Amino acid sequence: MTHRADRTLVTTGLARVEGEGSMYVRVAGGQVEEVRLDIYEPPRFFEAFLRGRAYTEPPDITARICGICPVAYQTSACQAIEAACGASLPPGLAGLRRLLYCGEWISSHALHIYMLHAPDFLGYPGAVEMARDHRAIVERGLALRRVANAIMATVGGRSIHPVNVRVGGFYRVPAPAELRPLAEQLRTTLDLAVETVRWVAGFEFPDFSTDHELLALREPGVYAIERGTLVTSGGRAFTAAQFDEHVIEEHVPHSNALHARLAGLDGSYFTGPLARYSLNSRWLPPAAAESARAAGLGPTCRNPFQSIVVRAVEVVCAVEEAIRLIDEYERPDQPSVPVEPRAGTGHGVSEAPRGALYHHYVLDAVGNVASAKIVPPTSQNQAAIQDDLRSFVADRLDLDDEALTHQCEQAIRNYDPCISCATHFLKLHVERG
Amino acid sequence: MTAGAGGAAGDGGAAGSSVRRVVVIGVGNEFRRDDGVGPEVLSQLGAAVPDSVRLVASDGEPARMIEAWTGADLAVVVDALQVAGAGLAATGQGGGPAPGRTHRLVIDEVTAGSATAVSSHGLGLGDAIGLARALDLMPARLIVHAVEVTDCSYGVGLTPAVAAAAETVTSAVLRDLRELGVPV
Repeated sequence: MTHRADRTLVTTGLARVEGEGSMYVRVAGGQVEEVRLDIYEPPRFFEAFLRGRAYTEPPDITARICGICPVAYQTSACQAIEAACGASLPPGLAGLRRLLYCGEWISSHALHIYMLHAPDFLGYPGAVEMARDHRAIVERGLALRRVANAIMATVGGRSIHPVNVRVGGFYRVPAPAELRPLAEQLRTTLDLAVETVRWVAGFEFPDFSTDHELLALREPGVYAIERGTLVTSGGRAFTAAQFDEHVIEEHVPHSNALHARLAGLDGSYFTGPLARYSLNSRWLPPAAAESARAAGLGPTCRNPFQSIVVRAVEVVCAVEEAIRLIDEYERPDQPSVPVEPRAGTGHGVSEAPRGALYHHYVLDAVGNVASAKIVPPTSQNQAAIQDDLRSFVADRLDLDDEALTHQCEQAIRNYDPCISCATHFLKLHVERG
Repeated sequence: MTAGAGGAAGDGGAAGSSVRRVVVIGVGNEFRRDDGVGPEVLSQLGAAVPDSVRLVASDGEPARMIEAWTGADLAVVVDALQVAGAGLAATGQGGGPAPGRTHRLVIDEVTAGSATAVSSHGLGLGDAIGLARALDLMPARLIVHAVEVTDCSYGVGLTPAVAAAAETVTSAVLRDLRELGVPV
């Protein structure tokens, strides 16, 4: 084992575009002195870019912030603007919105489970190496992605940056006959999703748990995805309109990032799959609930390494929900409801695959955006990830540099942080003194 | 023309067949300045290619890339390339970074390796190729046009050198298509 006085570890993730993300760990005298995580910048450019734009534009523009969760951005933007204009969706259109969102959950979670997270547990550097030995498994992941893309293409118009979404609903709504083949495909996929839970439940998980406060949307009766009221494990409950009173964003000295904290709370909080599951597992649909039970998950889960199991359960949930929504679907009379511009303020929150995504718009009298604020899940989770790393590293100082670096990366991967807006390139520095 | 690099499943595009399945994939984000070079080339190609050529905008995510090119006789990928320091060894071109310099690579010249990305956002073309090879999902022929970029900060619009390169690449992609017999 290595206990040199001074060392630096650097690891780099593949960069399509270089950014400035980094993690810095400093150990002195056997104690973790400092952990700094600088992986994410809030989408300030987009907030500025939105000013002066028409109230109809934010769903399309903000969808470009994230290639992996465009539906989340569109949904939170639509809801905020609809709230500002006093419009609300009838059940048919709301159901379609949820269906589209299910597609994004399946797509994003399958990507993370199969391409990124599973190789950690099976001892491969990445999905490519895993695919050479476990071809059938990786093909199952791609099959899940295909059905997700089919949902996105049928409801959203295309699978990347859906073009069919508008404030007030959709440009065009599908005929039931267009959705029926999708339901058939989804019924087959449900087995793949259940197998996925069984597969990942068999992995070995480090003994680790967090006591952060948890934040998620709740919508009694269903597993909240596209709407709901915010609740926390500490007993708070607040609406999207009260988000700014409860979630405070603060500049941190070492980076451009803003870290979010809950007003009046000393510790960190986080949002995302573990929070959703722990706060809402009772609302899971039957197959997802059964999968969770079979996987040995209790009503709550606080081990971030087990987030892969929770994601897999959420894939089952999204597939089941998509089938239900298609079975119940009746084509709405109109593809959208009228949304008349007016001066006002609106707030929207939805559960992006990585956690709660908040949008806030102020509109002027003709419906132009006077100001915009977006709080993505990763900026909320950054402090919690940092805290996790601090305690995680402290328990593993006997590991050599390579092993420790890899485990730190794995600990970050648990949260699938969104680095697309700001950084595509990650460096990890560990200094030991 | 070199032989197909990877037995694409259900490849019906044998020599002599008049139906060619062709896809051009533009990777990048037009809100990250030069990273938008891929989408820009797609938009320039839009008016110049027949409907039979599929134009796909992509964020580079491997599963979607593979889905876009599976079964294609020819897949052309246009992507931004950030060069740190020493140029691109694979092309034999040395020297430092040169914004706007373009590289045309056929698949065998691209090193396909796996990333140690901490986020699904960190995955890219190398993973897509590696994965497609492992799963026999490569197109019959894959050509990558990479443009060296300089400014990928937030914003819209390409820097002048990269904007000029977009036109060069558009012409080069049209040549690739012509070589396969696509009427452009």
